[in-house]
Amino acid sequence: MQLVLEKRAERSSTIALVSPLIAIGLTLVTMSILFAMLGKNPISALAVYFIHPLVDSYSLQEIAVKATPLVMIAIGLSLCYLANAWNIGAEGQFLIGAVAGSWLAVKTNGTEAGPWVLPAMLLLGAIGGALYALIPAICKVRFGASEILTSLMLVYVADLLLDYLVRGPWRDPKGFNFPTTAEFDPVATVPVLIEGGRLHLGGVIALIVVLAGAVLLGKTIKGFEIRVVGAAPRAARFGGFNSNQLILLTFAISGALAGMAGIIEVAGPVGHLQPGISPGYGFTAIIVAFLGRLNPVGILIAGLFLALTFIGGEQAQIAMKIPLDVTKVFQGILLFFVLACDSLILYRFKLIFASPKVSRGAH
Amino acid sequence: MPDSTPAAPHTGDTPLLQTIGLTKRYGSFLANEAIDIDIWPQQIHALLGENGAGKSTLVKTIYGLIQPSEGEMRWQGEKMVLSGPSEARGRGIGMVFQHFSLFDNLTVAENVALGLDGRESFKDMSARLEEVSRLYGLPLDPKREVWQLSVGERQRIEIVRALMQNPKFLILDEPTAVLTPQEADQLFTVLDRLKAEGRAILYISHKLEEVKRLCDTATILRGGRKVSTCNPKAETAASLARMMVGGEIKQVKAAANRQTTVPRLVVNDLNLEPDDPHGVRLQHISFELRGGEILGIAGVAGNGQDELFAALSGERPAQDPGTIVIDGQAAGHLSITQRRKLGAAFVPEERLGHGTAPRMRLSENALLTGHAASGMVQHGFVNTAATLKTVDRATEAFDVRKAKRDPEAASLSGGNLQKFIVGREILRSPGVLVVSQPTWGVDAGAAAVIRQALLDLAASGAAVLVTSQDLDELAEITDRIAVMFHGHLSAPMLTGEASREKLGLLMGGSTLDQKDVAHAVGA
Repeated sequence: MQLVLEKRAERSSTIALVSPLIAIGLTLVTMSILFAMLGKNPISALAVYFIHPLVDSYSLQEIAVKATPLVMIAIGLSLCYLANAWNIGAEGQFLIGAVAGSWLAVKTNGTEAGPWVLPAMLLLGAIGGALYALIPAICKVRFGASEILTSLMLVYVADLLLDYLVRGPWRDPKGFNFPTTAEFDPVATVPVLIEGGRLHLGGVIALIVVLAGAVLLGKTIKGFEIRVVGAAPRAARFGGFNSNQLILLTFAISGALAGMAGIIEVAGPVGHLQPGISPGYGFTAIIVAFLGRLNPVGILIAGLFLALTFIGGEQAQIAMKIPLDVTKVFQGILLFFVLACDSLILYRFKLIFASPKVSRGAH
Repeated sequence: MPDSTPAAPHTGDTPLLQTIGLTKRYGSFLANEAIDIDIWPQQIHALLGENGAGKSTLVKTIYGLIQPSEGEMRWQGEKMVLSGPSEARGRGIGMVFQHFSLFDNLTVAENVALGLDGRESFKDMSARLEEVSRLYGLPLDPKREVWQLSVGERQRIEIVRALMQNPKFLILDEPTAVLTPQEADQLFTVLDRLKAEGRAILYISHKLEEVKRLCDTATILRGGRKVSTCNPKAETAASLARMMVGGEIKQVKAAANRQTTVPRLVVNDLNLEPDDPHGVRLQHISFELRGGEILGIAGVAGNGQDELFAALSGERPAQDPGTIVIDGQAAGHLSITQRRKLGAAFVPEERLGHGTAPRMRLSENALLTGHAASGMVQHGFVNTAATLKTVDRATEAFDVRKAKRDPEAASLSGGNLQKFIVGREILRSPGVLVVSQPTWGVDAGAAAVIRQALLDLAASGAAVLVTSQDLDELAEITDRIAVMFHGHLSAPMLTGEASREKLGLLMGGSTLDQKDVAHAVGA
């Protein structure tokens, strides 16, 4: 009996939909084993992770709040990945967006500035993120530098820049020397949707981004160019599409979205600029993009699921003393299974019950 | 079985290799179905069939690259199960593939060493390489790097590599596809000599005259099954073709009163540096192509045809606008999209990955080249109905067979995909069509449809440029032929006056020294 991987004639659209679910299933099995090895009851641990956050309103809102940056960043990343441009530095673009938008909030702090401040901050965040993403993109196009390395390394540059600003020039004078800016004015804050709740306007923006991404990829010639350049570069050149231009474009869009997510996070749930504004949104969004099959609607669902793991992880830490790092382990295992299950879209497993016994030659 | 003639007499009473009911199944698809072949020593055995008939599957099974689903092989009368090609080589089976597996940046000797299983020292091996190549009249310099060699020389490496293992049985997959007629003659001499030494040869080809001349026995496959084993010398090319295709092949017809009109594609002293270090530099290429005319470009692969296609299509624009003129407009500096807007259309050699995005639907592949014109894009949005309509029109006009309305390009057979690609371009009614290897790897039925479409397009007033390695194809559809060699293009001559000998000499670069004479003749 033989187990073989057989190529399909055409990619299976059923498996394309089911493969993320298989990946989630395999991840849950692996996590159960991990919990058991930590000496925890797997069933109750999984319940704390995945069921408890879904049953109270605070956690539900918190999931949406956490999903907002994940979805926005992942939509941008999916454009890059579809075009075969590997932006790994969304975390850095997120931070630079937060810094760029916060600049205006800090400058207008305590002044009579009107309601134009927040839109201007969002715009600055998007521009900052886009410009920052263009650095690796230009290096790639002009010099052939690997965008994977440059975009990743720029994450740490952004991290240190933010750290410097909040410890130095932008530090709140009345902040007891804590590394943070002053609390943003109301006009520089993203409004909440329900009085007293956590859900804010950023959630609506994320939904608009999902919709825009779906239209761009599904209906426009630009979206088609992005997909062809990634899927068949030579055919794209034959079609007259300029791959360098598309690398710049997709990096700029994804940087803008990450940057806007960054300033929304700072001007929304956090309320001021400080180190550690991101629990790794820019990296987790890579998982979200692939778990969502690089498809906008899929990314929305995947973003909510990954947000659930963040909230569940926090609750598991409180309720069961499971280390918070287990959440990162979980996300890593998930990405691994997602990529592995993707091979099932183009291939299928087949059991062969060999009829002629394989003998070792005629002797 | 129809038209079968008895096979030629053979020596001995056990075949060297015998396949009995050999079957290979891929899912529900039968690539080979119950194939019985006897290979005798001292014979050249032809394996004939169209693309997709199962020739490759059969020889890959014999060479141990794939395992049969059913049936067995016997080697000198004993049952043989091969675990892989190295076991096949160990028994004395050698193979020369159609697509060479050579490393461009390594020397001849290094390439041969990589392909041998032996444990002899590199020095001994090099010496033996020189000896074998001299012995068989296949001259090779072991120290030269492969990228400097012509395609014919590269094939010699593969043949010598196979001969160094002293095979009893040698398989050659379409060896003359990349050779000039003269080089092919040299190869036949070598093959006759190998035969005289008592070796068996399995010769895969679809060139029937060649098979008639060279081979003692022919086995014909069609749709994965053996149709007949016969003596090709006692058959006619037409009867062999009938067995291969399973019916008469439609003859293409040129319109009787085709008129040539104004120049529609003019190339003036085109020079282009290659973008890859092993590419060919285009040098002083000039020709004029009129409406209603088909110009053929012959030549051995790798002499600049790919570079010429990239330059004409605009995938690699030239510096000087005047080098390429499309319908009176200087276009040398224009992109491929701008050239399409001028009414030019292009069909590249590679169907999958160049002419189409393999994993995208046909409608999306219609958009790939149709987006510049024809209303498929409005205000940046794709009109899906328009792209689907192009698919339907191409399907109907060119008889594209497919499982559903809009499948992925990669799921179509080579012939059907090529019909779709050619159809996609011709439906745009181009004024200039540049097409590279239009029927490469395409079944005879589809090839006839495509050639007829090219003739009809020219008859409607378009200028058509066809690059092909198939001299028969060029003879059938072109008005004039030029030959490409080392990045130079010879002066076009009338197809009626282009004998195989003349073309063969030009393909080998022989008349390059008399370039001035050739220009004078062409003028």
